[in-house]
Amino acid sequence: MNKEQDWPLYEIFIRAKSGLDHKHVGSVHATDAAMALEHARDLYTRRQEGVSIWAVRSADIVASDPAESDAFFEPARDKIYRHPTFYDIPDEVKTL
Amino acid sequence: MYTQGLDSLGKDCLRDETRDGAALESRFQARVDAEEKIEAKDWMPEAYRRTLIRQISQHAHSEVVGMLPEGNWITRAPSLKRKTILIAKVQDEGGHGAYLYSAAETLGVARAELVDQLLAGKAKYSSIFNYPTPTWADVGAIGWLVDGAAIMNQIPLCRCSYGPYARAMVRICKEESFHQRQGYEIMLTLARGTEAQRAMAQAALDRWWWPSLMMFGPTDTDSKHGAQSMRWKIKRFSNDELRQKFVDTTVPQADYLGLGVPDPELAWDEAAQHYRFGPIDWSEFERVLAGHGPCNRERMEARCKAHEEGRWVREAAAAWAAKRSAVAMQAA
Repeated sequence: MNKEQDWPLYEIFIRAKSGLDHKHVGSVHATDAAMALEHARDLYTRRQEGVSIWAVRSADIVASDPAESDAFFEPARDKIYRHPTFYDIPDEVKTL
Repeated sequence: MYTQGLDSLGKDCLRDETRDGAALESRFQARVDAEEKIEAKDWMPEAYRRTLIRQISQHAHSEVVGMLPEGNWITRAPSLKRKTILIAKVQDEGGHGAYLYSAAETLGVARAELVDQLLAGKAKYSSIFNYPTPTWADVGAIGWLVDGAAIMNQIPLCRCSYGPYARAMVRICKEESFHQRQGYEIMLTLARGTEAQRAMAQAALDRWWWPSLMMFGPTDTDSKHGAQSMRWKIKRFSNDELRQKFVDTTVPQADYLGLGVPDPELAWDEAAQHYRFGPIDWSEFERVLAGHGPCNRERMEARCKAHEEGRWVREAAAAWAAKRSAVAMQAA
């Protein structure tokens, strides 16, 4: 059997309806962008699950490293004053 | 849909000789115990990765091979309505295979490699698809019983510790319900039909009942890898628990059809609130799993033929994309 190579992998993002963000749903293999969209349509929207599809070459995605996530996200950890609940406001003060 | 490969994992899935040591592994287990999801790029024990690749790919292969027994009836469905439903159902099975291959690939294995393993006969798929579909009633019985058993197996997998697998299962479970209901409706139509139609429905139930019970895999006492998979929260319920649940929900559905379950020992146990059922013929299960079922050869031949006959399409698409990107480069 000849060894066949997989076609390039595309990550698929779908907007379920207008007003919502595109959300990652999975991936498809395709030779080019147009085929990626058609495959994604056939695979992920057989029951009208979407009104818009983004396809991105998986190789083009830049991702943070989970092994480094403690250090990477550390700067936000001690800044609890960024949350509204940090502040003590008397109950009598309304709509704040 | 069909996950009885769970218990046919190899030795390599059992022990993990990792250099990264016990610390990483105990941190991993703590995350699993805390019901955190493990994602693709997270550290995981090699044995966990191998177990998942094997289980998810066997599951994907089962979906793909599972298109064959029902595909057999697409051209002979009794009405246009049934034909369009069956096409949609078989297309879903192909889709489920694609979701699952996609989930397996997040673990660092190439899809082509998994497909090669299947076509070379090195990978397992659910033994249920090695049974024939001689009548239209078999299409009904598959939807009702086989997809019904699959749902029992798959709902707990939606909470599997591995995120990409769990998310694929959520998508699949949403679609399975249609499969089961269309199958039951076929059985109902036949059961309410002529004497010959009723007999056809009964014969299909007789054929599919025991193989459906076998879909849950060996009994807990004979299940080799259940405990580790449970610890990793890949698996949530034992084979016997799921099988009992299936029998308890399915027997009343058979009663409603007015059909008889082919088990003389089947009886309701009032004290336990469960149906008791007769012994399963595990030698048949072993035989089919080992490749000696009624249709093992036919299924693999059909898969290999489809793959070979599609080769020129795949090659042409790749050549066309290469040519277009060369033209685009030149123009730039």
